[in-house]
Amino acid sequence: MSVITLTDENFENEVLNSDKPVLVDFFATWCGPCKMMSPIIDEIADENDGIKVGKLDVDEAGIIAARYGIMSIPTVTVFKNGEAVKSFVGVTPKEDIEPFLK
Amino acid sequence: MYDVIVLGAGPAGISAALYAKRANREVLVLYSGESQLEKAEKIENYYGFDGGISGKELYKNGIAQAETLGVKVIREEVLKLSVNASMNFEVSSADNKYEGRSLIIAAGSKKLKPDIKNTEAFEGRGISYCAVCDGFFYRNKNVAVLGSEAYALSEAEELENIAGSVKILTDGRPAPDTDKFEVITKKIAEFSGNGRLGKVIFEDKSELEADGVFIAQGSAGGADFAKKLGIVLDGNNIRVKEDMSTNIPGVFACGDITGGMLQVGKAVYEGAEAGLSAVKYLKEKTKAKEN
Repeated sequence: MSVITLTDENFENEVLNSDKPVLVDFFATWCGPCKMMSPIIDEIADENDGIKVGKLDVDEAGIIAARYGIMSIPTVTVFKNGEAVKSFVGVTPKEDIEPFLK
Repeated sequence: MYDVIVLGAGPAGISAALYAKRANREVLVLYSGESQLEKAEKIENYYGFDGGISGKELYKNGIAQAETLGVKVIREEVLKLSVNASMNFEVSSADNKYEGRSLIIAAGSKKLKPDIKNTEAFEGRGISYCAVCDGFFYRNKNVAVLGSEAYALSEAEELENIAGSVKILTDGRPAPDTDKFEVITKKIAEFSGNGRLGKVIFEDKSELEADGVFIAQGSAGGADFAKKLGIVLDGNNIRVKEDMSTNIPGVFACGDITGGMLQVGKAVYEGAEAGLSAVKYLKEKTKAKEN
């Protein structure tokens, strides 16, 4: 499954109104550790049906990043029914994230 | 450009260096001179030393052995570490910068998190372990660096062009030599705030308003480097596979930093494994480039 690019504009529709759990990767292009998180996110997207996966550039989508109080990147957040239910700060392995996507 | 840069000159780091050097690789070992091994008065359970050997002697012998075989061993504290666009690793001390095609972290274990109330509660909400990663979120805000040595000053310098103000909190330790930053040496009681960090409360009940506190105690250890590169940690330990590889291609870890037994024998084994794995990685990298 492909990874969606999230913006201030499409966030509500793609994440909050989604009927599937959504995994959101908050990142920035200048952030070294975020580059290490990115392939993990891609793998989760490839291997899990029934969820949505999106990447949100905190420089481009500053309103959303501020709304969720993102102050450390990478942060990965699981959304269910429009609510942020679980966040992981720092590079986190796939096995730690996947149980929260069920 | 080195083939392998090893951080740490204890039994894990030196073993890794020996194996990589024996495979004809250019190897640099950087160490800060703070080894757990040196503190061991006598080691009586390590193979081959009838009557035991002092930790200090074993440590010194290891460094000498590596140098005899042509490994470059330099005592310089590493302050910065990053990956560049060609997936090589840049390692900086106060005075020098080195580049390596692979990296072995054998810098020993160090507790990453301070014993201050509410540290974990504010992680990602004001408490950070990486100035270069998270500094951006504190533009024009008031931040502090927790620490008292060169590593803390280096993190403070990283922040000074971004943040509104940068103070150094030593939590009871002696102040570092700086006229650039305001230093507070009082002991810290707790971090406090409403949902995100708002202030630091000291043991004498005085308070400091702070939007962010960056943790940089002691000299940077394996876990600090891991945070900066994006290596997966389990608590204070680096998560490795059987071949000592981490989640980042070209980065290996060995010795105390991977958890488990804090023993010389285990460190030597893991160092050997990490050294050979780095050599294998370099071979594959070269082959991939040729194809």
